[in-house]
Amino acid sequence: MLIRNAPDLRECDVTDHGLYLKRRAFIAGAAGLGLAACGGAAPASAAPLKYRPNRMAIDESRTPLADVTGYNNFYEFGTGKEDPAAYAKMMRSRPWTITVDGLCERPGSVDIDELIRRFPLEERIYRMRCVEAWSMVIPWVGFPLAALIKSVGPKSNAKYVAFETLHDPRQMPGQRSAVIRWPYREGLRLDEAMNPLVLLAVGLYGQTLPNQNGAPIRLVVPWKYGFKGIKSIVRIRLTDRRPQTSWQMLAPGEYGFYGNVNPDVDHPRWSQAKERRIGEFFRRKTLPFNGYGDQVAHLYRGLDPRKLY
Amino acid sequence: MPSRAHALKLESALVWLACAAPLILLLYWGFTARLTANPVEFVLRDLGLWGLRFLCLTLAVTLLAKYANMPRLMRYRRRIGLWAFAYVALHLTVYLGAAHEFDWAEIGADIAKRPYITIGMAAFALLVPLAVTSTHAVRRKMKPRSWRRLHRLVYLIAVMGAVHYFLLVKADTRSPILYGAIVAVLLAARLLPAARRRMGLA
Repeated sequence: MLIRNAPDLRECDVTDHGLYLKRRAFIAGAAGLGLAACGGAAPASAAPLKYRPNRMAIDESRTPLADVTGYNNFYEFGTGKEDPAAYAKMMRSRPWTITVDGLCERPGSVDIDELIRRFPLEERIYRMRCVEAWSMVIPWVGFPLAALIKSVGPKSNAKYVAFETLHDPRQMPGQRSAVIRWPYREGLRLDEAMNPLVLLAVGLYGQTLPNQNGAPIRLVVPWKYGFKGIKSIVRIRLTDRRPQTSWQMLAPGEYGFYGNVNPDVDHPRWSQAKERRIGEFFRRKTLPFNGYGDQVAHLYRGLDPRKLY
Repeated sequence: MPSRAHALKLESALVWLACAAPLILLLYWGFTARLTANPVEFVLRDLGLWGLRFLCLTLAVTLLAKYANMPRLMRYRRRIGLWAFAYVALHLTVYLGAAHEFDWAEIGADIAKRPYITIGMAAFALLVPLAVTSTHAVRRKMKPRSWRRLHRLVYLIAVMGAVHYFLLVKADTRSPILYGAIVAVLLAARLLPAARRRMGLA
């Protein structure tokens, strides 16, 4: 499976790399003439990224780009599955500043492009399991959250990581109605956050992240339901207390803090035993921890699986 | 005289077409691959929503005929009601066959465990006798009073439909609340005059 995917990805990497260099050269040249705003060959909304090809391929075909970018939940742009694709262009994902603070030695704010330069990017092809019992396979580009956390030096009393999405109803029309309490909030235990599977994604399919998928930077935790993957992050805070999460605040009986994919624990309103992979008619069986149990089950030893939802 | 008969035929055909339009549109979207990335979910929702809309329409027809002086509408009440039944039955078929692949154990557990499924199934079960007794032949055999009593169930069914919709959404309850309000207004418009009459008599 790795062999089958590898040539495909390498070729993609080379192309992107070339384009990437051309783009940078063009902007560098244009900047001197005051023409930077004209941009390069690629549209600003989907610029190619330079990244290391995927090393954790899975033997499942990737969900087509059109479905990944055209069908998802991002309530900041409306509660319909096609609302994000329709309205996310109202958001400006550049310039963008992320604040990393709380219980760490080197808190601060950093520009997204500076952040992307600081950490080498890599591709990860992950299953994405929505709590609504549908799923996709998405080739993300990003860097491990652990790398960012290490770089700010977490203090010994830091136990959790809290995330927040941008709150700006002018850019995010869905925030004009109080469907959930804005800003969108998510959280992880620090040891979960340090797991090498956890990605801060800045792209998919080799290009910068489209707005509707959470540009410019979003969380990807492949063994948890999709709602844990907070989008368009502006703040990451280290804390000693378990942070509140948006869905738990809205319906504590339906959404827990952990949100680990578990076929044996139903959502109160539907079964989680199976899932519909986008593009397939017959449902698949849902795997415990979305198939990533080998890498993450040890994090939850001794805990009641019912509480892990 | 023949022109009036023609006009009625044309009117009837147009009403039929209007009732079938959501289904025709769904088929058209199906053939042109426009049912979103998750067609089963989309079709299930669309058919359910049209079932609820047609239930509201049948209730509105009676009221409009009475209070807006549009008695001719009554001619189409049975047809609109049967289309409501058709959309709900198709909704149920997609639920059983496509959403659950006729996995009866799973469907049984769904009905037992989840109130919105229980209510949806019960609403469909109540709708069946109304569809069966809607033909002129059966209607003639029944006492008018018992037929009317039986068909008053449609108000209960519409309420159950709105509750079914409300219970299944995750967070955005605006649309189910709107349908709930429509059903409530239709129900009140029917019940209040009757209640007032009864009070007046007492």
